[in-house]
Amino acid sequence: MPRSLGLLTEWKIFIKKLADLTRHNNERVRKAKVVLIGCSAGGFTLVYDIVSKLPRNFPLPVIVVIHRSRKHKSSIEEILNSKSKLMVKVAADKDQLKRGNVYFAPSDYHLLLEPDESLTLDCSEPILYSRPSIDVTFQSVADVYHDNVIAILLSGANADGADGICYIHEKKGFTVVQHPDSAEVRTMPEAAINKCSADLILSNLEIFSFMETLATTVNHNA
Amino acid sequence: MKDTVVDVISFEQVEEIIEWVNKIHGFDFSGYSRASLKRRITRIMQLQQLSMYELKSMLVNNPSFFEEFLIEVTVNVTEMFRDPTFFKAVREKVLPYLSSFQRIKVWNAGCSTGEELYSFAILLDQENLYNRAFLYGTDINRNVLNTAKKGIYNLKLMKQYSENYMLSGAAGSLSDYYVAKYDAATIVNNLRKNILFSVHNLVSDGVFNEFQLISCRNVMIYFDVELQNKVINLFYESLCPLGFLCLGSKESLRNAELAKKFRVIDRVENIYQKIG
Repeated sequence: MPRSLGLLTEWKIFIKKLADLTRHNNERVRKAKVVLIGCSAGGFTLVYDIVSKLPRNFPLPVIVVIHRSRKHKSSIEEILNSKSKLMVKVAADKDQLKRGNVYFAPSDYHLLLEPDESLTLDCSEPILYSRPSIDVTFQSVADVYHDNVIAILLSGANADGADGICYIHEKKGFTVVQHPDSAEVRTMPEAAINKCSADLILSNLEIFSFMETLATTVNHNA
Repeated sequence: MKDTVVDVISFEQVEEIIEWVNKIHGFDFSGYSRASLKRRITRIMQLQQLSMYELKSMLVNNPSFFEEFLIEVTVNVTEMFRDPTFFKAVREKVLPYLSSFQRIKVWNAGCSTGEELYSFAILLDQENLYNRAFLYGTDINRNVLNTAKKGIYNLKLMKQYSENYMLSGAAGSLSDYYVAKYDAATIVNNLRKNILFSVHNLVSDGVFNEFQLISCRNVMIYFDVELQNKVINLFYESLCPLGFLCLGSKESLRNAELAKKFRVIDRVENIYQKIG
């Protein structure tokens, strides 16, 4: 694409591209029942921006798995809850998954989904030194919702999430990986891209528009 | 490890395994979280490279395999002074009250390899309550109880535990309570004299004593809501009037009926006192 086109034009072209893509994948995105977001080192601000920008009528529950130390009390959820139009909370054992809510995996626990769509916490061994593990949550949710899952993997410093993304891909769910060039730490998105082919590899701006598209594409009555 | 890109077993197959284990070995896992069971069973099959058919056949024909199965299916991850703020809250909000009891009986349900029970013993010792106390640790799993009875842990782990210990605001040093030799740390004898570890199954066994404090943390997260309520009832029945119940930091008393029978002592650490 010639540089002279200017940013605005490039942007418009991209939006069209995205619209085409989502139209192509429309059916798969439309019937989704949940959005999963996984990230580690360098992904926190992006998650913060994504969640705080979600519209009030965002049609799907969102589950965020973020690696963080249990040693430091974190108040991400509280801060985000005050900024966001949605209810942002630390997932509690047996919470029923509902739209309008954003659930964060608590530090030091894995987060699983039950067949009855309630959440279960689990403090078994860390996977790839991580608890919560992105792989564990992604796989568990895909076991319940099969292909009705949208999963997004962002910046991070280890390979957690790659197995999870590929598991969802295998089950024909919809997978999005942050473009390694946009990621603060590229290891995590790169590991996923090397392992299987994600449906979309997006820059940060593109991720925001993707979330906006979701708000309008997904079947609200599902 | 092998790539996990396919479903190893389905939820239907998990149900089958639950049924088999109950029929053949008399262990009832039907109240366990399916998501967690599915993960654990998948893990065993991957670790031991078993197909569903082989797993079933091992469960039927190989009694020692069932012991292994039980260990893998139940999560046995524990630490000394796990969640230091919890132990701080017990020291500050519960022990002053417990000290008014003549006898202090503590039940650590689902004690696994015993680290938490020894932590309670240390806590009681520091407040000069140990000699009046008796501590019971129970689990469904014989093997982890054997480790608990021995009270010998990897010395490397003691580093993490010491950090927890300090963060809990305890006086002195954790090393006052163990003897280090080569790469092992052995809990001192003085701390073991009022402790008993034994088998108890929260699903099928009932009240066996009356307690002033019951701690059951990160055990009921593996149960479904129905079994959780049943077990909380068992704890209620097992507590003396005004006895204390400690749950994990992510497990609160959600059932309104049951919540009425307890007063909240610490909302964050989920410490309750029997009132009803």
